[in-house]
Parts: sequence; structure tokens; C-alpha cells
Amino acid sequence: MINTEMIVEEVVKEVLKRLAGEKETVAKDHKDMKPAGRELILEEIGEAKAGTTGEEVVIGISPAFGIKFKENITGIPLADILREIMAGIAEEGLNARVIRVRHTADVAFIGHTAAKLSGSGVGIGLQSRGTAVIHHKDLQPLNNLELFPQCPVLTLDTYRAIGKNAALYAKGESPTPVPVMNDQMARPKYQAKAAVMHNFETQYVKPGMKPVELKVSFSKGGAS
Amino acid sequence: MRSKRFQVLAERPVNKDGFVAEWPEVGLIAVDSPNDPKPSIKIENGKIVEMDGKKREDFDMIDQFIADYAIDVEMAEKAMKMDSLEIARMLVDINVPREEVVKIASGLTPAKLVEVVKMLNVVEIMMAIQKMRARKRPGNQCHVTNLRDNPVLLAADAAEAALRGFDEEETTVGITRYAPFNALALLIGSQTGRGGVLTQCALEESFELSIGMRGFTSYAETISVYGTEQVFVDGDDTPWSKAFLASAYASRGLKMRFTSGTGSEVQMGYAEGKSMLYLETRCAMIAKGAGVQGLQNGSISCIGVPGAVPSGIRIVAAENLITTMLDLEVASGSDQTFSHSDIRRTARTLLLMLPGTDLIFSGYSAVPNYDNMFAGSNFDIEDVDDYLALQRDLMVDGGLRPVTEEEVIAVRNKAARALQAVFKKLGLPPITDEEVEAATYAHGSKDMPLRDVNEDLKAATELMNRGVHGLDIVKALAESGFTDVAENIFNMLKQRVAGDYLHTSAVLDKDFNIDSAVNNPNDYMGPGTGYRLSAERWEEIKNIPQALKPEDFDK
Repeated sequence: MINTEMIVEEVVKEVLKRLAGEKETVAKDHKDMKPAGRELILEEIGEAKAGTTGEEVVIGISPAFGIKFKENITGIPLADILREIMAGIAEEGLNARVIRVRHTADVAFIGHTAAKLSGSGVGIGLQSRGTAVIHHKDLQPLNNLELFPQCPVLTLDTYRAIGKNAALYAKGESPTPVPVMNDQMARPKYQAKAAVMHNFETQYVKPGMKPVELKVSFSKGGAS
Repeated sequence: MRSKRFQVLAERPVNKDGFVAEWPEVGLIAVDSPNDPKPSIKIENGKIVEMDGKKREDFDMIDQFIADYAIDVEMAEKAMKMDSLEIARMLVDINVPREEVVKIASGLTPAKLVEVVKMLNVVEIMMAIQKMRARKRPGNQCHVTNLRDNPVLLAADAAEAALRGFDEEETTVGITRYAPFNALALLIGSQTGRGGVLTQCALEESFELSIGMRGFTSYAETISVYGTEQVFVDGDDTPWSKAFLASAYASRGLKMRFTSGTGSEVQMGYAEGKSMLYLETRCAMIAKGAGVQGLQNGSISCIGVPGAVPSGIRIVAAENLITTMLDLEVASGSDQTFSHSDIRRTARTLLLMLPGTDLIFSGYSAVPNYDNMFAGSNFDIEDVDDYLALQRDLMVDGGLRPVTEEEVIAVRNKAARALQAVFKKLGLPPITDEEVEAATYAHGSKDMPLRDVNEDLKAATELMNRGVHGLDIVKALAESGFTDVAENIFNMLKQRVAGDYLHTSAVLDKDFNIDSAVNNPNDYMGPGTGYRLSAERWEEIKNIPQALKPEDFDK
């Protein structure tokens, strides 16, 4: 195995740097990197507020994201997924703000909630199993800009592209939708697991609770 | 160190499937959840005041709908007092006719229906389906779609599917705005293959209704209902709004059925801890209460969920059985990929194919699964010779017939040319001779030249805006020399006025005669009764082109 720790350090630094608003091209070929036991640290810092700047995309994560679940349906660490989406947004020079939606586990409504709180009107909804949506505040909740319903086929590259496209929509552009792959055998393999995960997710739903703002950081975890 | 045997087993297709243990607290259980209600009924002044242990004031909207519209109150007193085991035995007793069981079932609550069918093993469920299916003759439905929404290929595939014997054809879209072309291609293709095939295009509900009203389709199926209030409300619907939509179809003389299936509620995270079969029984009763003639169930798009829990596939067949007990047409699923294992997917299909249902698949993929826009079916066109061999091996009518390569090529070519002519007459983006040729010999969309998608989409929207309807298509065909296809489509339009195909389980034969549960009811009462292969039909099933004949050795 390659020396992952060094790469992790480097990538974390890279992301944090870009989150600070710096625009740099990606230094590493991230797609060949093994998940590196990075730990996702989500700190609640009060009720999520409506954004005042158009320079942002809000990512709404589901109730059990990072609490009950640390990995998506195919075992990709949620830390890596969130990091890629944030990096995709940063790549376009915008800020990524992360909130936890608590009143619903439905990805459409999570995404729509995020969009309504986003200064740009563009939000991303993300469930623990990995299902994602790019949403806009002026759309109906069950409509969307782009939907990624088949979580088992999504890769870290897809998540980065989702972040990037969301940022492009936020800038008022019309990006080419992220190409979606179709796997007709995903159902036999993953549908029941998706149901189990979703039922855990809904157990964390707290009706009537407002979304909470999160401070996101990634640290080196203890996994091998 | 790993066992080499276990390494081999790990690579088998079945071990690519997902299996999960039961989790009754959230409803991840096929039947018999500890949270399922016990059967009960209390009636006062002709009104159900208590059902399955719940008082009327505690009813949710589904309970209320079922209690008010789906249960025959006069029958209920007597039927609910009957021993469930006795009713279960009536289901498999050849001396008890179907009508008698239907009458009793009309007075049963959801929990009681579940209690009855759960006493049956799979063979008994199959015996019961054989008797309880509404129409005497079993039938079949297919999917005709492709990845690129290529209309020429859709027409050719629809024609071939009709020739192969499907009673109904269903399409849907990759890109929503292609819908009018898909519906048009399916209509022209199917009526080229065999007059009388019913066609539908699964879409957002209001658009689906509007193209039906124009005569581009002849029935609808994707009107979904759910077994818990939360899931219903999440879809912005109620049983009453679905019933209203159903009546809109009926008022325009269009056949329709509802759709539901085990697993959808737990998939959406709101099963209230109830078993999949109990919740699905509520769905079937909503269909009954709304007055629609039939239901598509058999888990459908959630099949991966019941397919992963113990006894799940047995329960999926049981939900089809309950639908027939409620005297509804059943389009019995088997329409979505559910297993990597050829053995498992065949076993699942035999439960329906052997007893026969109104539509055994809903549908069978008449295109390769890579082109199936319903995310793949349990059987696709590449399995069709296996399916024909099963019919022949077991002497069973699965609704399909053997065909020759020559006749398939001819009918595909004719359908593609008919669509080409209609596109020309209606001023739609031209279909080239090269496309007609490609569609004639194609297996799937990978074999087709690319079309200008943006031009097609613009024209499809414009087609709707111009108000083009069924008669315009008839005219375009007739003026282009396709008088037989024109006549078939004209006959399909006439059905709207006659309305006979609104009867339960109605389909049309090639001469546009109705074959339904009303004029051809299932009268199975053991050997020598019910549906039997006619000599003519058996000849057809027997004669697969691959079979060597004595005279083949004379050459």
C-alpha cells in the first residue's frame, strides 16, 4: 500500500486551504486514493441561518449522517464523500456551508431545505446511503436540478462533479448535467440494504426540529 | 486460509444478491409482524365502527377508505366469523367455485385476508391463483423501451412484441419530453404487429392522462397507491385523489389499473412496523374501494426488499393471490431485476407462469435489459427462447408464441416504415431509410444510428401543442398506403366509445373481440375445467423452430 498518511495530510491541508477561499487546481489524482481512515468531525454550532452571500452552496446532510453511519451503502467513507463535494464547490471559488436537516430523511426535502437556506438558492441534499440531489429554492420539493438516485453507482469523482455543478448553478451558469450511470443489477444487490439504512435514518428524524449549522473538519482517524 | 469451495461459492451469482435478516420493528418482514393487527370487525347501523382492533375514531385515512368502500358490510358479519383455516381450504378446494370465495373475500378485513393466505404454502398459493385469476385465459404484458428513446427502434420492437403474443405493451421515457414520440411509436408498432394489442406510456400522472385522451395510448397502469398514510401523504396524494384520477380515465373510455407492491412502505422508511403483506393488502383494498378494475402488484420496483427477507418471494405471490380474491385483474409483476441468479429468477417466475395470471409479467422486457428503462426486468428478450422452451416442456400457456426470424424481420421493417410515413405526413423530423434498415435488424439501441435529439424534442413538444390526436395518425397511415395499420388504430379508438374493454381483465384479440372476466370468466374446478390449451394453441407452443423434424434428415 502507498503511504496513505502523508497523502491524507496533504489532502486535508489542500481542502482546508481551498475552503478558506483559495483557488488552486487539484494537486492529487484523488480517484486512485484509498479511503484513508479520515475522521469526519461535525460540530453543531447553532441553528442554521439563511445565507446572505450568493457566493455559497449549502450542503444538507441527513439526520443520521456521520452519527449512525460513517460509510455509504458501498462502504465509501462519508468523510471522503463530503470532502469531495466541498472540494468541487471550492474548485469553482464558492464557499460550502454544511447543515444537518433533522425534520426529514427524504433526500428531496433535505436538498430543498438546504437550497432555501443557501444565499445562492442552490443546495445539495445528501443521505447517509449516498443518494444525492442538487436543488434550487424556487423549484418544487419533488423537482430538482439534478438527481442521483442510484447511490451504489456513485463514485468519489461523481461527488466532486456534483459539488462543482452545484457551484456552477449558483453562479448562474447552465452546466452539462453530471453523467449518470445505470446498473440494472444494483437493485438485487443493494435495495434491501438501502431499506435497512433508510429505516435507521428515519429513526433519527425529529419532527419540527430546525436544521442545525455544522462546523466540518477532517482529522486522521484510527482506522487501518 | 480460505476454503477453495467457499471461494467458488462466493463467486456464484446468488452471492451477488442482497439478503437481510428480518427487522420487524420497522416492517422489514414479509408477513406476521408482531405489530400486525388481529382481525376483527364491529358493525353498527350498516357502518363499520371497528376494524382489525381499531375503533373508527382512531382510523387513519386508509382504514376509513377501506371500511367505507372496500368491504361489503352485509357479507362481513358472516365472513369475519368464519374460521380462517376453512377459507384457506376453500381456496384450494376444487369443489368450491371461484365466485363463492370472491363473495366471502368481499366481507373480509385486511388482517383477515392476510390470516387466510398466510396459511397456504407456495404450491397451495399457486393452486389458488389458478382458480382465482379473474379471466379464464392467462395473458402477458411486455416493456418496450430503449436508452435513447429512439422512436424507430421502439416501433420495430413493439411490432415484434405484438407478433410474439403479448396482450399489452408498456413504454416509458429516458427523457420526459420524448413521451409523445414514444407513445406514438408504440401505438403504430404494436398495431403493425397485431391489431388489438393495448399500449401504455408510464409518465407523470397528468401527462399520462392527457396522451391517453388523445388516443396515443389505450390504457394506464402507473397510478400508485401505498399502505401507510405517511407514504401516501409524502406523495401528495390520498385514496380519494387516486379514485378521482381513476374516474377521469373511465369517463374517457380508457382502461386503467392501480399499482402497488410489498416493500414500498419499508423502503420509504414508514411501514409503522407492519408486515409487507399486511400493508400491501391495504393497497389492494384501496384499489377495490376506488372501483378500478385491476391492480399491478407483486412488489414491482421494490422486489429487492421482499426478495431479501425470509419467505419474501412466497409472500409476493400471496399478494397477487389476494388481488384475485378481491375480484380484480392482476398484472403480477416479475417485471424488475430481482436476482443475479438464473435459478432464483426462474423460480420466482414459475410461481405465476404455472398457475397463470391475467398478465403474468407486467412486464416482460421485450428489449435487452440494457435498453429497459424500468431499470431491467426479471426476464428480457435474451431469455425468450428459454421461456418458449418452458412453455413447451411443461405444456403451459405463458402467453407467448414461437416466431421465425423471417416474420420478425418483415414485421419490424413494416413498423419502421409505417412510422417513417407518419413522421413525414405530420412534418416531424425525418426518419431515414438507413434508420429503417437499422431498426429492422437491430437487437438494441447500440445498433441504431444517432438521431438529432434536440430536433426530436422540439417536434414532440410541438406535436402536443398542435393538438394532433389519434385520428390524425389514422389519416396519415391511410394516406401513406398503410391501410391495415390505419384500420387497426381506428379500431382501437372505437373501443373508447364502446367501453367494453373497461370490464375486469379485458384485453382484445386480433379481431378486436373482448376477452375479459365478464365474457370469459375463470371457471376452474379441477381437472377437465378452467383454461386448457386448445389443440391449435398447443400446436403453436410445440413448434419451436429449433426442433428437428424427421424430414430435416432427408436433405
